[in-house]
Amino acid sequence: MNYLEHIGKYFLMLKQVFKRPQRGKVFREVLFREIEDLGLKSLGIIMFIAFFIGGVVAIQTALSVDSPFIPKYLIGFATKRSMILEFGPTFTSVILAGKVGSYIASSIGTMRVTEQIDALEVMGVNSLNYLVLPKIIATIFFYPLLGLIAMFLGIFGGWAAGVLTDLFYSVDYIDGIRLEFDPFYIQYALIKIVVFAFVIATIPAYHGYYVKGGSLEVGRASTQAVVWTSVTIITLNYFLTQMLLG
Amino acid sequence: MIEVTNLHKSFGDAHILKGLTTTFEKGKTNLIIGQSGSGKTVFLKCLLGLHDHDEGTISFDGRISSDLSIEEKRQLRTEIGMVFQGSALYDFLSVEDNVMFPLKMFTKQPHDEMLHRVNEVLDRVNLTGSNAKFPAELSGGMKKRVAIARAIVMNPKYLFCDEPNSGLDPHTATVIDNLIQEITKEYEMITIVNSHDMNSVMEIGEKIVFLKDGHKEWEGTNKEMVVTDNESIVNFVYSSNLFKKVREIYLKESKL
Ligand SMILES: Nc1ncnc2c1ncn2[C@@H]1O[C@H](COP(=O)(O)OP(=O)(O)O)[C@@H](O)[C@H]1O
Ligand SMILES: [Mg+2]
Repeated sequence: MNYLEHIGKYFLMLKQVFKRPQRGKVFREVLFREIEDLGLKSLGIIMFIAFFIGGVVAIQTALSVDSPFIPKYLIGFATKRSMILEFGPTFTSVILAGKVGSYIASSIGTMRVTEQIDALEVMGVNSLNYLVLPKIIATIFFYPLLGLIAMFLGIFGGWAAGVLTDLFYSVDYIDGIRLEFDPFYIQYALIKIVVFAFVIATIPAYHGYYVKGGSLEVGRASTQAVVWTSVTIITLNYFLTQMLLG
Repeated sequence: MIEVTNLHKSFGDAHILKGLTTTFEKGKTNLIIGQSGSGKTVFLKCLLGLHDHDEGTISFDGRISSDLSIEEKRQLRTEIGMVFQGSALYDFLSVEDNVMFPLKMFTKQPHDEMLHRVNEVLDRVNLTGSNAKFPAELSGGMKKRVAIARAIVMNPKYLFCDEPNSGLDPHTATVIDNLIQEITKEYEMITIVNSHDMNSVMEIGEKIVFLKDGHKEWEGTNKEMVVTDNESIVNFVYSSNLFKKVREIYLKESKL
């Protein structure tokens, strides 16, 4: 199949996904499970990475502005900017594309090759709606929260790095954070995260759902899913940045 | 009665089912036998509507599947119970939730009532008290029994089983076979079982359809199968020396 056919099939899949759930109660049960599997279980890794990346960004900025003519608050300012504009939305999403994307593709793929999806269809369940819609809802509501936590912890990590290494003063850093605070940047970041969350839920689902064969193919589909999810996020990031900031 | 007339199914260039015609009656265990790759699973999936067939008709007690509206199809599907080859239990749900799933999805019963029904069918398949276990914790035979429980929980009119005893030891296989036959009588269902296991054929085959290269090569009862001269049947069924001997002895005795 060529790329256009895949894209067409992907949108046809979405058409099935966005149907009214057959049973609200069943839908809510699945939704809570997905929030845990796709969201809460990624909280730790995102917090860990955000904190240390924030530290690294602050240290590197501090080392490269080692001139008396450049104000020290720039370190806090630059760290805040990069955490809110890029790390929070994009970097976090790429990490999630790897972790959650492979999980979604392989779990749905396994359901396909072990006939669990057939079993759903035989009962008269719309399997795409049942399996994918809760994932979309879980990610687009939970990942913005995850992104905000990542931003906060990244900025905090930068501050902690300064305090621990004595490269800059806490007051300067906090001044930098307060400088030119524009709420639009947060909004911008959240828009991006919501878009990326949708991509993270649906592209791996596509790869898993249409897998044919056995466990080898499921593994391959899951690798493919991560690659295409990441590529899509990076590409969309470029266009979204241009649209929203340009 | 399920009536299949001139059923054709292809995947691209591969012509899998080439004009199958047969009928399946109520309260009987019907067996589809044939070599691996002969199209047994494709045939069941056509009956289930998981594959659209290219030509021919399938009639469920007078309802022609291809003429039904989406609503009628959905109704029909709730009357079908299916046991998949690998059991196809939902691995993220416990035994209880697996069996309760169709009830939750398609009935508005209160939870107590559903639980009562779930326990009833779990008792029936001798899995009393396994409610909280997960599929990964079950043996192959137990998985099959859960799959059967899930298939019958909605009181289906039709029960389809794809190789229900593949991967099971001979004793467990016989237990599963007998369970399917007993349930078929109790629920007065039309049961269709795919198999390549000669034990099941002899044990429960009230009607046997032998598939070969997408054709119906032979059909009859298990008793008729022992005495038939059909070459393909003889080659397939009596491919082992043991069965050949059994057949010879049987034929000799029946002549006396
Ligand atoms: N979805 C499919 N697409 C293409 N070919 C298929 C598909 N399903 C089954 N086949 C082919 O149909 C033939 C019969 O398969 P199957 O019905 O699974 O045999 P079995 O009798 O062992 O159950 C095989 O050659 C298989 O490769
Ligand atoms: Mg098969």
